[in-house]
Amino acid sequence: MWPSPKARVTKSMTAATPTPTGETSDLALLYRESGIAEVLDQLDRELIGLLPVKSRIREIAALLLVDKARAAVGLSAGAPSLHMSFTGNPGTGKTTVALRMADILHRLGYTRSNHVVAVTRDDLVGQYIGHTAPKTKEMLKKAMGGVLFIDEAYYLHRPENERDYGQESIEILLQVMENQRDDLVVILAGYKDRMDTFFQSNPGMASRIAHHVEFPDYTPEELLQIAELMVRQMDYRFDAESLQAMREYIVLRIEQAHFANARSIRNALDRARLRQAARIFAEATQTPFVVPTKDQLTLLDERDIRASRVFRGGFIGNTSSQH
Amino acid sequence: MRITQGTFSFLPDLTDKQIAAQVKYALDQGWAISVEYTDDPHPRNTYWEMFGNPMFDLRDPAGVLQEINECRKTFPNYYVRVMAFDSTHQVESIVLSFIVQRPKDEPGFRQVREEIDGRKMRYTTQGYAVVAKPEGARY
Repeated sequence: MWPSPKARVTKSMTAATPTPTGETSDLALLYRESGIAEVLDQLDRELIGLLPVKSRIREIAALLLVDKARAAVGLSAGAPSLHMSFTGNPGTGKTTVALRMADILHRLGYTRSNHVVAVTRDDLVGQYIGHTAPKTKEMLKKAMGGVLFIDEAYYLHRPENERDYGQESIEILLQVMENQRDDLVVILAGYKDRMDTFFQSNPGMASRIAHHVEFPDYTPEELLQIAELMVRQMDYRFDAESLQAMREYIVLRIEQAHFANARSIRNALDRARLRQAARIFAEATQTPFVVPTKDQLTLLDERDIRASRVFRGGFIGNTSSQH
Repeated sequence: MRITQGTFSFLPDLTDKQIAAQVKYALDQGWAISVEYTDDPHPRNTYWEMFGNPMFDLRDPAGVLQEINECRKTFPNYYVRVMAFDSTHQVESIVLSFIVQRPKDEPGFRQVREEIDGRKMRYTTQGYAVVAKPEGARY
């Protein structure tokens, strides 16, 4: 997927831009040197699905690389505005992608460091008059050089209370987002509908954010892949029966309340590990002097998954309403 | 008379870029940075006024530079210095301090001689600007 646009760009760069000095810029070399391929590969490997997100990240990476190439041959390359908004349901990977984004921007030389400062309303908005500005500024200073990640950004704006200090915080944010674009990148994240309302009531914020990235919900098939990936990372494994059980589990779980995509899967696996541990422990105490084998220790059994309350209708009295 | 206090004070005034580089070094050492100002630069005046709180957990000098510029804007004709505090156990003190702004005109200090107990002399240092005017109107 990636090599083709790159190859195209390289060709057009060398063919169509004989600059006055005759210099050319080797995009492929820049690409290799930046180490960006590694990050993008990791993104592909570790993030299942999320195609629109991945393609947007590739576009941004390509833009920054091309800008670098342009700067190398003396063309103007104004620093693009890279403030972003990530919208999507819970557990769709917004925070994870924000962390990756910081890495990518750093490797491309857009930010000076790859650190992410994750904040919520509490960290930015004060409790009394004159408390908000220093608090927001302090957080901004901490994030300088890297990425400021504001989770559930819509809480900054409380329309029901006109004297709410959130607005003050938003104004400071806007000012810094505009004037110190080279110093930090702001990423806002939250649920789609509430973010939309937030942007409607803060048009200044909406216009200063160049990239609105939407995180789609995962399909059951993708969730199963995520489960397999998580299990692998935790040094466990499924067998054929437990994989089938997991597949059925996911289909049932999606329909139930408080479904949070990948996060629900992680929780389910954590509970399955608990049950597995209890089962192995019980077996071991019944037959003393039998040490569980490595195979037994790593296997998440069908029973470990089927014991979940999801197979018995989920939360009591609360079986409907997908999020 | 150009006063020489703290690090780099015998060099020409640092540019913002150089200040940022020094601050970056301090941040990389894990030191906390603070900005202070005064209009009484007597060598024994150890404690200048703090401009805002000390800044902990910063990663990048941009935030410090922003604070310095704000201080310069508020006190355009004062002495402003940047300090770095090392919190390592048993160090716990300022390890780097340098001036980032000075008034346009620095009248300097004079030596005051006082005769006591017959022919004995006592010496003290007095800033011309400090003696001439009250706090806030000196430079």
